Amino acid sequence: MPDYTLKIRRYNPESGQTAYWENFTVQLDPARSVLDGILQARNDQDGSIAIRCSCQAAICGSCGVRINGKSRLACNTKIGEAAERATAMGKDAIVVEPMGNMPVIKDLIVDMDAVHWKKVHRVVPWLLPAGEPPEREYIVPAESMIDVTQAMACIHCGACVSACLALEVDPDFVGPAALAKAYRFVGDPRDAHEEERLKDLAEDEHGIYDCTHCFACVEVCPKGVAPMDQIMRLRRRATGDYGIKDSNNGYGHEKAFVGLIERYGTLHESQLLPRSYGQGSLIRSQLDPSSLRQLITALPTVVNGLKSGKVAPKAAIWHHKLPDQKQVRRIYNEVHSHGERIELNMYIVGESGGENEGAMAEGGAEG
Amino acid sequence: MAAVAPKLDIELIELDRANCCGAGVIAEHNQELVDSLNARTFAMAQGVEGALGMMNICSTCQGAQAECKERLDADSAYREHINEHLEPEGLAYEKNAAWWNKNFLWLLVEDIGLDALRERVVRPLTGLRVAPFYGCYIVRPQSRLGFDEKPERDLYLEKVIEAIGATPVDYAGKHKCCGFPLITMNRTTSLRQAGRHIADAIDADADCMVTPCPLCHLNLDLQQPDAAKYVERDLGMPVLHFPQLVGLALGLEPKELGMNKHVVKTGDVQRKIAQLAAA
Repeated sequence: MPDYTLKIRRYNPESGQTAYWENFTVQLDPARSVLDGILQARNDQDGSIAIRCSCQAAICGSCGVRINGKSRLACNTKIGEAAERATAMGKDAIVVEPMGNMPVIKDLIVDMDAVHWKKVHRVVPWLLPAGEPPEREYIVPAESMIDVTQAMACIHCGACVSACLALEVDPDFVGPAALAKAYRFVGDPRDAHEEERLKDLAEDEHGIYDCTHCFACVEVCPKGVAPMDQIMRLRRRATGDYGIKDSNNGYGHEKAFVGLIERYGTLHESQLLPRSYGQGSLIRSQLDPSSLRQLITALPTVVNGLKSGKVAPKAAIWHHKLPDQKQVRRIYNEVHSHGERIELNMYIVGESGGENEGAMAEGGAEG
Repeated sequence: MAAVAPKLDIELIELDRANCCGAGVIAEHNQELVDSLNARTFAMAQGVEGALGMMNICSTCQGAQAECKERLDADSAYREHINEHLEPEGLAYEKNAAWWNKNFLWLLVEDIGLDALRERVVRPLTGLRVAPFYGCYIVRPQSRLGFDEKPERDLYLEKVIEAIGATPVDYAGKHKCCGFPLITMNRTTSLRQAGRHIADAIDADADCMVTPCPLCHLNLDLQQPDAAKYVERDLGMPVLHFPQLVGLALGLEPKELGMNKHVVKTGDVQRKIAQLAAA
């Protein structure tokens, strides 16, 4: 069996020492997991290595760590593949660190209560049905739950929280796991507080409009929850179904961007900012005090752009339309006028490769 | 890009009727709409006689279009429905495993090849320290972006930087987010991101950063003076578009590559390159 070197980040607050790296060489079949490697090192070499783990089958969500910089479950990461990746990155060992964005308790164990669970509690993670509960169970059609199935697959391992690039610079961001949980209730047909939940998370400056759309959570989730996609669903419902005009420009930005492509086909960049501040309208952007404040904040950037030549004044004012822009407008019109939300849910359909027939879902009418 | 393509024997046929990819925002608004708009672009590219595939010069286009293509290819009924929106224009997107949509970075490494690139370098950028910045959409999610077959797509910038004689700089931010998608919604989060990555590149002694994403370029270059305030330190890091860096190595002049139109002046990079030429 091949040898593998694990470079583990060690930290024990009781020792008074700062964190340090320690290498352990283990012998394992390449198909075994990084967790197996860590447990072997703990068993044979140093019983003080701290890691949380239980099921060893990617179900309990306990053994979240960062392997070669990427947040994952140690139990479903093959040690052979981790070693190959380390080599491709020019490293001579598999680097294992505690998850990010959360304080370290000891070695590979982070404080999930201080960050992850606190944020999950923030989104009211229980059902708020209307009226008295029925005598027996709620009866809901299976297809109305399809949309939330993906969010329900979360095992709360914290990998997405660890990888989140918005949390890295804004620790107050509600974050991917909690927002996916929020969608689990917003999209649940039994919940009666969809609009209040959406308003709350749209108005919070650390809510749905603080997600930077970086796919980090999508990339690391071991269960395919794609938290960012759930955040986009929350935004879609907030703007499309309820027209919630939030003070973070979430509504305005979407309205402005989508509207500019309808009008010009490509992005009229100089109008994006003012229209975003003015809930999609150029006129409102110049009359509304909050919008004006934001425009003034952005002014130095505009001046820098013009001075450097990066922004050409003529193009900033007159943006060309595509030669066949009427075709783009026609597509907009067709899609917006049929009143259905037609989507293909890739979580249900499965990844491309196998051609699926008729898995297209026609959702509810657009608000 | 138009200046760089002939140096690499790439014949560009501009899709002058093609619309915006939606940059994730139209996808957030309406999936059917964004899939129709991108299917339209794909159909146009598929209709270009003799074209091997479609090239983009933007990480965000790569990711946004890959997302739509994944859905279009996954389900025939859905694809047919989307194609109904293209039919009046005489267009149709065809699922075809041999047809591709690639960023210039991927095309350069996979189809032209690093050896061929090395042979064409007339101005090796020896000694220039370049910090790569990929842009989220071109590195995540890997399952959608073909990493199963091409697992080193998140190392290509370093490979190209080396191939043209320069030195890739390792730093924390290279696969992180520039913050651009948040610039109108949360300026603080957005510019803290940009500022931090630029600062990390400075601390790693980079002469410049390079990105295949024009949207990253907006946050890293256009917004850099403001980003400096959010991270409370001086910045001043030139940021090159990826085709600019390649173009320099292929012998094009900085001015031909628009390097005089950056917010953060590229003079230091230009001087360093001029010294190389003289040496």
